[in-house]
Amino acid sequence: MSNAVARSHEEQLIRPLTAFRPKLFVGSLVTGLLVGLLFYSWGYQIVNDIGVAGINRPVFWGFYITNFVFWIGISHAGTLISAILRVTQAEWRRPVTRCAEAITTFALMIGGLFPLIHLGRPLIFWYMVPIPTGRGIWPNFRSPLMWDIMAITTYLLGSLLYLFLPLIPDMAILRDRAMKVSPRSVRTLFFRVMALGWRGTPQQWHSLEAGIRAMAVIIIPVAVSVHTIVSWDFAMAVQPMWHSTIFGPYFVVGAIYSGVAVLMVAMYLLRRGLGIGEYLSDKVFNNLGLLFLAFALMWGYFTFAEHLTVWYGHEHAEMTVFNQRISGEYAWVFWTMIVTNVVIPLSVLPFPKGRSPLGTAIVGLGVLVGMWIERFLIVVGTLRYPRLDFNVGTYSPTWVEVGILVGSVGLFVFLYFAFVQTTPIVSIWEVREGHHLEVKARMQHLAAAKEEPHV
Amino acid sequence: MTRWGLVIDTDRCTGCGACAVACHAENNIQTVGEEEAAKGRAMHWMRIERYYEGTFPDVRVRFQPVLCQQCRQAPCEPVCPVYATYRTPEGLNAMVYARCIGTRYCANNCPYTVRFFNWFSPEFPEPLQRQLNPDVSVRPAGVMEKCTFCVQRIQDAQDIAQDEDREVRDGEIRTACSQSCPAQAITFGDLDDPASRVSQMAEEQRATRLLEDLSTEPSVIYMRGGR
Repeated sequence: MSNAVARSHEEQLIRPLTAFRPKLFVGSLVTGLLVGLLFYSWGYQIVNDIGVAGINRPVFWGFYITNFVFWIGISHAGTLISAILRVTQAEWRRPVTRCAEAITTFALMIGGLFPLIHLGRPLIFWYMVPIPTGRGIWPNFRSPLMWDIMAITTYLLGSLLYLFLPLIPDMAILRDRAMKVSPRSVRTLFFRVMALGWRGTPQQWHSLEAGIRAMAVIIIPVAVSVHTIVSWDFAMAVQPMWHSTIFGPYFVVGAIYSGVAVLMVAMYLLRRGLGIGEYLSDKVFNNLGLLFLAFALMWGYFTFAEHLTVWYGHEHAEMTVFNQRISGEYAWVFWTMIVTNVVIPLSVLPFPKGRSPLGTAIVGLGVLVGMWIERFLIVVGTLRYPRLDFNVGTYSPTWVEVGILVGSVGLFVFLYFAFVQTTPIVSIWEVREGHHLEVKARMQHLAAAKEEPHV
Repeated sequence: MTRWGLVIDTDRCTGCGACAVACHAENNIQTVGEEEAAKGRAMHWMRIERYYEGTFPDVRVRFQPVLCQQCRQAPCEPVCPVYATYRTPEGLNAMVYARCIGTRYCANNCPYTVRFFNWFSPEFPEPLQRQLNPDVSVRPAGVMEKCTFCVQRIQDAQDIAQDEDREVRDGEIRTACSQSCPAQAITFGDLDDPASRVSQMAEEQRATRLLEDLSTEPSVIYMRGGR
């Protein structure tokens, strides 16, 4: 009976890879056009110089750095959440881990583009790479931007590995099935390469599990370091409302918060679009909803602490930036953020009914907008008001910056669609393993119950 | 050891702007045009900031010429990932244009907002290209720039002094802004030489530094006293 259940799992989870889905096709087409918009805008900027963006003096950073922090934040969805759930052996994690890890990988790839996009001379970005050349130039490791490069590269490589390791047995399943149908097709070749010659021997399983366990532990401090360092891009500078000691943990919490938000939205769409509600069940949404709630509270607390201390200190330069947020030109942006990130989550998520798939997804969308706003307020809000009052500036983005922002969202969804069509978005072997463990536990329980009457 | 410094007597400054114009001419600074200037992209290594003191009708305008403060503890320096901005042994914050990749982090971390970015390639409409200074490079798009204390003039004077086998004399080097100031409000010299005019002025009661509480240790000293 157990084998039959396993086979039906396999069928259900592989179906999205084989069946033609018109919606997915149209979705890929639309997002593909947005990817075109991204690269057109970027190309336009490279050819016509960075001046085509709306950034100026003193607002030297604008949408690009906002997007950078936003996407790197999103990347904390997956790997970190799935690693924590794996390390704590939360059984309900099994269907969630892969779709979360994929978010991490794609968000990191896109986030990593933005530092390049924002450069004045992007074609010589490699001056930041430590290559010993005859030019005799070595990067400046005192710069937080260099720490960024180190941290993000480490995180990207780690996340790729962490996504790939649990993928191997599933790729072997796909390979075996594809070999039976069309042994010579390109698709089969792809699966064969990705399966790395997996045979499922006990020794292979042992190595795989050891590898996954090690990566889960390693990736947690790496992820924490990444967003801490991103926050230090600001906190290390002497500018008002950037130079804050709590920025490290504040940013990490914000990153995971936005990460859970995008995970909720993605899971809702996967469940609706692929009909895998059996795996991404109400229970999973409920549990992640609780995690979501916890981060809403933490983020709200940090935001309160950050603003209270600035207001109480009442330093002139800081108060200029502060007033702009609370009651000035950007007040409506700030209060929108408070509504989407604190008011709505705290009035929906505490209730079991609010933690439904639709409820969490709607809250998630709001939080995504709110978290983007938070980064915008930090970047532009501070830069508009330099310490010498004479230099107050303003900022409005151009079509290039908007095109690149919209295009980056398109690229993310496009990559995700492609991923859904080439790999099982719910890990087959992990779900199967979970099922075995459950059966085993039930048998033991029964055996124990039989013995009990004699005592 | 030499440490170049500049003293600006704000009590003498009339806000005429001759220093800013002279700086443009000396250092090949591009003029960006009306449209770009409206976007906040005007480039003046030296600018006259206006501040108003008092309440109506007893109002007084204060002029404060602001340029790169050549800080000893410069916030702009450590944040550059490619060493495009660094400190010379003579106390200048130098810019290596060829290294700059345009992260603009230095400008964000400058509390004085005195760094300028080339958003587009510079254009010098006829006949302005004829007055370009051959001793100063023209900066391409995507590169940061700022006041250099007229480093080309410093080097020139040092070369001559070396040929004549002597030290550079106080007052021998004049930056373009100092040279063109009709009120003689700007003095340039060596702050480490106790006999120089700048170090004597720096000892005066009226001497102050801009945003001193940030501990950036600027090399530009403002003289500011009564009316």
